[in-house]
Amino acid sequence: MYKFEVAANSFILQNRIDHYSTFIKQLIAVLFVALVPLISFANEAVPVAEDPVLEKRLINLSENLRCLVCQNESLAGSRADFANDLRREMREQMKANKSDEEIIDFLVARYGDFVLYNPPFKTTTLLLWFGPLILFLGATIGLFIYLRRRRTQLEDFPLSESQRLEAEALINKTNKE
Amino acid sequence: MTRFLLPLAIFSVLVVFLGVGLTLNPRQVPSPLVDKPAPVFQLHHLHDPDKTLMSQDNLGKVWLLNVWASWCVACRDEHPLLVQLAKAKIVPIYGLNYKDQRDTAIQWLKQYGDPYTISIVDADGRVGIDYGVYGVPETYIIDKQGIIRYKHIGPVTVKSLEDKILPLIKELQG
Repeated sequence: MYKFEVAANSFILQNRIDHYSTFIKQLIAVLFVALVPLISFANEAVPVAEDPVLEKRLINLSENLRCLVCQNESLAGSRADFANDLRREMREQMKANKSDEEIIDFLVARYGDFVLYNPPFKTTTLLLWFGPLILFLGATIGLFIYLRRRRTQLEDFPLSESQRLEAEALINKTNKE
Repeated sequence: MTRFLLPLAIFSVLVVFLGVGLTLNPRQVPSPLVDKPAPVFQLHHLHDPDKTLMSQDNLGKVWLLNVWASWCVACRDEHPLLVQLAKAKIVPIYGLNYKDQRDTAIQWLKQYGDPYTISIVDADGRVGIDYGVYGVPETYIIDKQGIIRYKHIGPVTVKSLEDKILPLIKELQG
């Protein structure tokens, strides 16, 4: 009877220990699963592009090019399908060892100077390039003429003797105070 | 008097410049391809993928190249007009199906009518890039020597047909 009780007790105890250890195991598993995202996030970010140097060059070049669909955005910044296509085209040309100038020529031949954010220097763009300078020069000359005319106008009206004495008296009075 | 006239003159010039600027449509980007040879292509037919069309096949005739897609809303606008134009048999219209799905494109033509002598497929938009396409629809007039003579951006309208497209076609056909 006693033996049975010991056996039964040890069985129960063993069972409990088993239970307990599976509980611990499960807890560890749950904790592990919960921590997995943290562990995986701890890894260094891997660049998406296969060739980061080429991607950098692509971005630098396309930042100076206009997306024709969304005209106030650059080709680098645009998410338009059209911009994607052009970037793909540029990427392929870069892989084919084309120079930046060749790629720009390729785009200008198809879309005109309009794709360039930096307009070329031509007879049709003279006003664009020199317009601000002309406006600035005109305004400076205008200001110069205005100031000179005002100075001569001031010199045209000198103070009379009594006015001069009056002014001097006023100055002396303020200086004393 | 002159001290008022000069600023007024400068102001008027600026107003004229800005006024003209307002009437311009920034979407109408002048194509550098006008009066240049049409870029060469060889593309598969939409309805019969085994056949291909080469751009040189059309040498010797004036033709229209209409860039369209079933996903393009503005293409719906111009489509009835193209169907009418095709019926009048004035000029052959070739459809460049731009970045589209073959089955939806065919379905679209079945539903709204097919004005195209031949439809060709530019699935990845590469020929589109060669032609300077940046939006659909666009329509090119190409002459007998294979030179692009005109590019119409956006849907073809009755006005653009009467004012520009038809007179130019007549002139080119001689």
